[in-house]
Amino acid sequence: MNLNLLLPEISLCVLAVVLIVIDLLLPQGRKSILGYIALVGLAFPAVFTLSLAGVQQVSFSGALVVDQVSVFFKLLFLIAAALVILSSFDYTRRLSILQGEYYALVLFATSGMMLMASTRELISIYIALEFTSITLYVLAASIRNDAKSSEAGLKYLLLGALSSGALLYGMALTFGLTGSTVLNDIASALAQRGISAAAVLGLVFIAAGFGFKIATVPFHMWAPDVYEGAPTPITAFLSVASKAAGFALVLRVFLTAFEPAEKTWLPLFMVLAAVTMTLGNFVAIRQTNIKRMLAYSSIAHAGYVLTGLAAATAGATSGMLVYLLAYTLTNLGAFIAIIAFSGQVGSDQIEDYNGLSRRAPVVSLGLAICLLSLAGVPPMAGFISKVYLFAAVFDAAAKNSGLYYLVVIALLNSAVSIFYYLRVVKAMYFGPAATEESLHTAFSLRVALSAAVAGVLIVGIYPTPVMQAASVAAQVLFH
Amino acid sequence: MNDPIIAIAFFVLAAVLLISALAVVMLRNIVHSALFLALAFVSVAGFYILLNAEFLAAVQILIYAGAVMILLLFAIMLTQRANTPMSNVSNSQAGLAAIVAAAVFVVLAFVLSKTSWLTGAAAVTQPNTEVLGKALFDYYVLPFEIASVLLLVAMIGAIVIARED
Repeated sequence: MNLNLLLPEISLCVLAVVLIVIDLLLPQGRKSILGYIALVGLAFPAVFTLSLAGVQQVSFSGALVVDQVSVFFKLLFLIAAALVILSSFDYTRRLSILQGEYYALVLFATSGMMLMASTRELISIYIALEFTSITLYVLAASIRNDAKSSEAGLKYLLLGALSSGALLYGMALTFGLTGSTVLNDIASALAQRGISAAAVLGLVFIAAGFGFKIATVPFHMWAPDVYEGAPTPITAFLSVASKAAGFALVLRVFLTAFEPAEKTWLPLFMVLAAVTMTLGNFVAIRQTNIKRMLAYSSIAHAGYVLTGLAAATAGATSGMLVYLLAYTLTNLGAFIAIIAFSGQVGSDQIEDYNGLSRRAPVVSLGLAICLLSLAGVPPMAGFISKVYLFAAVFDAAAKNSGLYYLVVIALLNSAVSIFYYLRVVKAMYFGPAATEESLHTAFSLRVALSAAVAGVLIVGIYPTPVMQAASVAAQVLFH
Repeated sequence: MNDPIIAIAFFVLAAVLLISALAVVMLRNIVHSALFLALAFVSVAGFYILLNAEFLAAVQILIYAGAVMILLLFAIMLTQRANTPMSNVSNSQAGLAAIVAAAVFVVLAFVLSKTSWLTGAAAVTQPNTEVLGKALFDYYVLPFEIASVLLLVAMIGAIVIARED
């Protein structure tokens, strides 16, 4: 047992508890200082995580692993948490949200996601996943006296409970067949005893449980409603960090525990990837609410990332990591711009974005850059990560010719997606403005948006460090 | 399952569990549903006893049939509605749900009946409460600790959702 390996998670939980205590001591009206404490406090888990870089160690009877993959994901979650907290300053003040508990829950959720990226034992995986999910259910419902937010929380909870049931059932079947809950032991038991029909059932149930977390078709139904109703910073958090945490689990469980059953799940994920990106993109076209549009777009992006799993090579896995990082920065940027607009315009309808470039030129430019990056236009991060991922999947097609079609479908989908992203850009730049009155954006939102856009451009123009880190991390999963 | 008494007990418990679980879902009066849920919890405790897990059985009765049920009944009482006999809402998708459930059952029953499960070589230690406690605080200490943070979060979450200003 080595507690040092858990320092990032422990420090986040301690910080969250400290926030709640400070919240009690602060007089009403001074609560906004809590956000700053949460943001500055993130330095502790960040330092602890960085100090674990390069460590390769298993602890807690094999339940916890710290390796390059988990460190990569932990840094990604910290970036997301920092931007979400920064973009919540203005939002929580404007709507009736209990600030102390809100920031504490964001930190708890981050801690849960970190555990998801670090556990390699089924019971710990399940508890870490529930820890994260329960925190996010509450956060989705955290706008007080708001019917849509309550609806989002309730829907997320009910469908989440269903998917947890499927996940547990799959885990129980897998345990019954292999006699172990540790991923590596499951792999050796499966290799030794062969892949029975029950093992396939267990695998499918587990895939369904994780599929809910990353919002792949057909487990995506919750995403649009929850994304629309939840507080927008939480929507951003759900769409990037929670999804990345789900992918961390999918990668570890399928590339480790179910590695002997690769022939079974490769076609499964190939079909899931194709269906997910196609449905996400085509339904996104019809949306009139920008939060719902981005919900379907995030479903489509989950499909793109899944192509890497359908290839299941070290190169493709490294592509998935780069893609997830680029997507995290880009999508956060887009949501931060949406928070800035909806605070002033009071609406999330795309038609209300008409002529916004003349009323808020800087924020419009930021949103345009992020949307173009989501569409995969150079020189943004979205372009280079798509190239990197799809090229790796294409390389793997030599041994699995179905991947050729998958890459073609992914490229066609990217082309389709340009349409609905550009529609928003067109509305902002060429639409008729209702008024010419300029909009004031909170300073914290401008800082958050600049940071996200800077990240998008840096990763887009100079991606080498990220790619190196990702490919070193991916090697860990393919000893 | 070689002992006929255990086999009979298993099938009786299974029948009680299935019927009460179905009653929870299908009855129109939410109070009746809640009471059948208590029965379902108790029959699950019976399964634990059959599996020689007497500590789990006791916990199941204490926490689920006891604490959780009391909470549930209080919640129902405190959210009194006008028409209690028709208080369990349902929708038009019951038929579809039945078809899906039946299909899943057929697939599961078919596959699981053909599976050779991995069974432990050693007999279950009796009594196993001490072994369980040691496992929880030693081998499974990580999930145990995460679960305790989870409970803290659940408590904070309940306050966030329920607090009046």
